[in-house]
Amino acid sequence: MSDLGWIDAALTSARPQAVAALLRYFRNLETAEEAFQEACLRALQKWPVNGPPRDPAAWLILVGRNFALDEARRRSKQTALPDEDVLSNTDDAEAALADRLDGEDYRDDVLRLLFVCCHRDLPSTQQIALALRIVSGLSVQEIARAFLVGEAAMEQRITRAKRRISQADVPFDTPGAVERAERLSTVAAMIYLLFNEGYSASGGELHIREPLCEEAIRLSRLLLRLFRGDPEMLGLNALLLLQHARAPARMDAEGQIVLMEDQDRRLWRRDLIAEAFAVLDKAVRLQIPGPYQIQAAIAAVHARAPRAEDTNWHEIDRLYALLETIQPSPVITLNRAVAVMKCEGPEAALKMIEPLEPSLSSYFHFHGLRGGLLMQLGRNDDARIAFDKAIALANTAAEAAHIRQHLDKLMSEGKKRKAN
Amino acid sequence: MLYAVICYNSESVVGAWSKEKDDAVMEHHKGVLAQFAAKGRLGPVARLMPTTTATTVRTGREMMVLDGPFAETKEQMLGFYLFDCETLDEVIAAARELVSEPGAMEIRPVMYFNPGNQKLVETK
Repeated sequence: MSDLGWIDAALTSARPQAVAALLRYFRNLETAEEAFQEACLRALQKWPVNGPPRDPAAWLILVGRNFALDEARRRSKQTALPDEDVLSNTDDAEAALADRLDGEDYRDDVLRLLFVCCHRDLPSTQQIALALRIVSGLSVQEIARAFLVGEAAMEQRITRAKRRISQADVPFDTPGAVERAERLSTVAAMIYLLFNEGYSASGGELHIREPLCEEAIRLSRLLLRLFRGDPEMLGLNALLLLQHARAPARMDAEGQIVLMEDQDRRLWRRDLIAEAFAVLDKAVRLQIPGPYQIQAAIAAVHARAPRAEDTNWHEIDRLYALLETIQPSPVITLNRAVAVMKCEGPEAALKMIEPLEPSLSSYFHFHGLRGGLLMQLGRNDDARIAFDKAIALANTAAEAAHIRQHLDKLMSEGKKRKAN
Repeated sequence: MLYAVICYNSESVVGAWSKEKDDAVMEHHKGVLAQFAAKGRLGPVARLMPTTTATTVRTGREMMVLDGPFAETKEQMLGFYLFDCETLDEVIAAARELVSEPGAMEIRPVMYFNPGNQKLVETK
């Protein structure tokens, strides 16, 4: 290959593993990041001449560790740096380290690095920004663009988040089985949030931000490779793949939301759907259903239907019922109501969601669905009130525009009736 | 002589490729394949899904079905089969039938399939 793109790709993919190992050595995020940066600079000097090392991550860890140790030594004793060649002559050591990297340590390293970003004192948007910066290695500029905030504001947010976690106790012992499972579920929740931030942006003009979705999928694949037999990691990965597969069909040329039943299913990404089905097959065989797996199974029912009218709504209703028992939540009941509407009609669905009003009164989708059900039942005045509430709560311009379409329809029907 | 050419790369690197980059690589591969196809010397070509989709059936003292690929060991890949199966269970059953000696068979769903144009070759 003539261009140096391969170095970039290798550095990006080695990053989580390398930074995670350096964090274990130095127990300090800043030192670990600095060491990794320095190792990358040296890679850019050495690799074009010497070719890629056998194990790029091992090379980066070793070079980064030597650099940081040296820095520490220099600061404390002001001794001379060792010769550059000594530092970079890492052939044997690299092989030994590569062997160790295959082991369990590395798994817990990467999990720890992600877990550190999920510190519970940090608001979820800061957790996500931190993970994108530290684990994925996106630039502050890229992250700022994804969140539609200024670069300076994002820089400040990330700096503040880093300061917060540098004061916190980072758990460096090898976790026990229970603790590992807890960390895994915390990290999975963060990845899910990251995906949702991209899938249904919480603010601004853009409704879908694909780079965030793609990064979430990349992280979920990374975790799944480390925890292969974990049913919820399989479920999460399948869920994200299935949701993302619909991205090309979710907006029309004018940037308006296209509901799933109106989407051109030929635009759905069959490659992602096929991969998700394969992952879900593995999850189902384990016979330990969890929330992510069930949500993936629901998304899979949609993906299997060639046309919207072929959707097996009874299966979706059954899966939501199962999800409700595992993880009771008004939002899940709200989603189930859509399946109930399809199976039993709008009246049954309305009856199901009315009790949710106190807990979901400030939830955009509650009023949107309620308006839709009322409209189907011909209660147009009530529907208009519900749609107005929804618009007031819309997170993006596209969400508001979508509800406005319903309102316009009601208005034109009203006019027709008066004219008659 | 028929040769199997098995493509290796870091999955995390390939997984981080943009769609454009992935397409470009595949186009390049297709160009090479076309040369062989023109000479009537192209066999089946398959691109496998990531190892996150893999399952391994392993025999030792007892038969085990393991999540994940068969990897990171001293054994080499010995052969490559394509089965058309309705379910994962069906293909696991097929793999169980195949493993008669201690060893492993990895099951990987196929992402891209080209049946090629070779005649059956049996060297034994």
